[in-house]
Amino acid sequence: MNNSAVYLDHAATTTLNPVAQAAMLEEYAHTGNPSSLHGAGRRAHRVVDEARTTIAQTLSAHPSEVIFTSGGTESDNLALKGLYWSRRDADPSRRKILISGIEHHAILDTAEWLESHEGAELVWMPVEREGRLDVSAAAQLLEQHADELALATLMWANNEVGTIQPVAEFAALAAAHGVPVHTDAVQAYGAIPVDFAASGAATLAVSAHKIGGPVGIGALLVRRDVTLTPIQHGGGHERKMRSGTMNAVAAAGFAAAAHDAWQGLEEYSRTLVTLRDMAVERITEQIPEATLNGPADTGGCAQRLPGNLHFSFPGCEGDSLLFVLDMLGIASSTGSACTAGVPQPSHVLLAMGRDARQARSVQRFTLGHSTSAADIEALVKALPEAYQRAKKAGMAADQSSIHTAGTGFNR
Amino acid sequence: MKVLAAMSGGVDSAVAAARAVEAGHDVVGVHLALSRMPGTLRTGSRGCCTIEDSNDAWRACDKLGIPFYVWDFSDRFKEDVVDDFISEYAAGRTPNPCMRCNEKIKFAALLEKALALGFDAVCTGHYAKVIRDADGNPELHRAADWAKDQSYVLGVLTHQQLEHCMFPLAETPSKAEVRAEAEARGLTVANKPDSHDICFIPDGDTRGWLAERIDMTPGQILDHEGNELGEHSGAHAFTVGQRRGLKLGRPAADGKPRFVLEIRPKDNKVIVGPEDLLTVDELRGIRISWAGVPIDEVESGAEFDCMVQVRAHGDPVNARAHLEAVPGEPSTLVARLPEGMRGVAPGQTMVIYQGTRVLGQATIDSARSTVWDPAKVG
Repeated sequence: MNNSAVYLDHAATTTLNPVAQAAMLEEYAHTGNPSSLHGAGRRAHRVVDEARTTIAQTLSAHPSEVIFTSGGTESDNLALKGLYWSRRDADPSRRKILISGIEHHAILDTAEWLESHEGAELVWMPVEREGRLDVSAAAQLLEQHADELALATLMWANNEVGTIQPVAEFAALAAAHGVPVHTDAVQAYGAIPVDFAASGAATLAVSAHKIGGPVGIGALLVRRDVTLTPIQHGGGHERKMRSGTMNAVAAAGFAAAAHDAWQGLEEYSRTLVTLRDMAVERITEQIPEATLNGPADTGGCAQRLPGNLHFSFPGCEGDSLLFVLDMLGIASSTGSACTAGVPQPSHVLLAMGRDARQARSVQRFTLGHSTSAADIEALVKALPEAYQRAKKAGMAADQSSIHTAGTGFNR
Repeated sequence: MKVLAAMSGGVDSAVAAARAVEAGHDVVGVHLALSRMPGTLRTGSRGCCTIEDSNDAWRACDKLGIPFYVWDFSDRFKEDVVDDFISEYAAGRTPNPCMRCNEKIKFAALLEKALALGFDAVCTGHYAKVIRDADGNPELHRAADWAKDQSYVLGVLTHQQLEHCMFPLAETPSKAEVRAEAEARGLTVANKPDSHDICFIPDGDTRGWLAERIDMTPGQILDHEGNELGEHSGAHAFTVGQRRGLKLGRPAADGKPRFVLEIRPKDNKVIVGPEDLLTVDELRGIRISWAGVPIDEVESGAEFDCMVQVRAHGDPVNARAHLEAVPGEPSTLVARLPEGMRGVAPGQTMVIYQGTRVLGQATIDSARSTVWDPAKVG
């Protein structure tokens, strides 16, 4: 894939599924706005409608609960802002948002924006050392702030360390206080079963390109009894919650990928678990200092995403290790692609109780459809030397050993 | 060789990297993130490390077919360059942050990391030359184009640093040629404006920027004989040689303009006087370094002829220099200037040359004048 012989960054984006490509090519040949009243419009409408039905099926949701968006980030924005405004307008004393510290930036930054611009107050829920929500602490916070809560948000599975969250348990606690829960299921969807109806969540975000669909489309599931104040106004599409001409081509590709992923889910996650566990075993064998972050969940995928590997490599900086591996043709990540470019210590690791230095010494490898045992072997083979080299490059904050005018020979 | 090309996003570093690739080296491009707030956009020729610069650097690397990375040195940059800049000004000195960046970031922190990751050299778009003497030791020399020559800001490099420097623009006759070459190579930065001013002060208002960071308290303005002439709103707002903005109200007895001669942060006084008193004839430098193997006189303490330059684009002047050693203490580099030099401020760097060769540098600790004794002010 791309320029890397070994692609281990499927959580950032994954290969377009050929069935999605075929569905889109087919749809590109047609003209028609799904909102138009003539034959061409009705045809396009049918494509979107069928896509909606398929996607609903893969998430145990009702088709009318599927709101198409441009992707995960927009879905998270719409859920948080929409729920906040709608709940606050109904009762102005509801201004608090209950949120975990390990959320994706699409959630964190949206919540922080609501705090700085819309009078929201954030109430942070702690997570345990392996990145799982501290449920009893969350229950206490729900109890304490119940009447003032506009909403609560807890991701389904973490994008960095792969920890799966007790969403249904948490949503049930919140429901007892009448608090709606949003869940970001972008990383979980297509990797483990995601059942919207059973989760008890009010809203749930998914994205197409993480499951083999195209970039630029996603969905927000919105329970039928939930109203969101829209962010975007116009023609009143998508239950008046998300105006804008519906993208039939992308919807067709999304649905094809979703259906394919849903049908093969059990076998796929089993395969990934085998590869993942093999990688954990081989990496810790080769590099005893390396520690897996998040629950090991050996043999299973109830606590950890089947395709996620996330290690601390003490004494080296994540971006140095990424660099050396990239030079060797192995694509990995220091965290989420959003913080790539200028590496910052991972907020997820900080929330899990690690210090800034530990939070910078990490590397994520994520597996997907194209991953083979040979890829894992290539990684295991390259890692020890790459680690030594990256460790030598040191932490950027350390003092340099280069002779400079300040440290040099002052005769 | 495995070469790390430091890519600012400008035309010089892009052409330098292109030449390194063409010379057959194995090149990787790296853009340094030096600001914790990289969200800013460029306005005109000001600012640095913006999203656009990083993107320009990426596009140049993509065109050259070499990998590209952004490395974060923002903490080091803040500590070693920005904070140092503020504390130097607070102490009444005039630092050169570009030299500090070369000394501590580009050819120290970056070089250190590059060497550890298996690179042999750091390549930049500086206009300067590294040549080897008969024994293979590196020497730093002025670039072929004296108008663009940047050997001054590299004068702070040590022997070890020079061992790993690559300046592919050394022999380029002019900047126009670099732009033409960029154009011919299809690099989109061919017509990008040159950077000016200090990169971390994007609007160019150094005084205003400093005023937000250093406590400004009003104090006396005295003339060169100790007479009080007026009040200033904060000594750090002035620089040696400054003429405008003194707001003294009444003219000098001779009717000629007055210039800032000295800033005394300790007692918060600014000393002004006529232009001819700006001329100094002896510079004393500390924090000395030698760009390569020091010449023999450094060891012996003997006097030697050289040229001294105190600004990036200042004219070099003739000097007789020697190293003044006091046992147990850091040495002082003393340069006597038979023709004198105008407007020298403590904190500035004196780079000493013999011909085109940079011998080394020192930070100016004091500048003395035979026509005026600051002690007279009291």
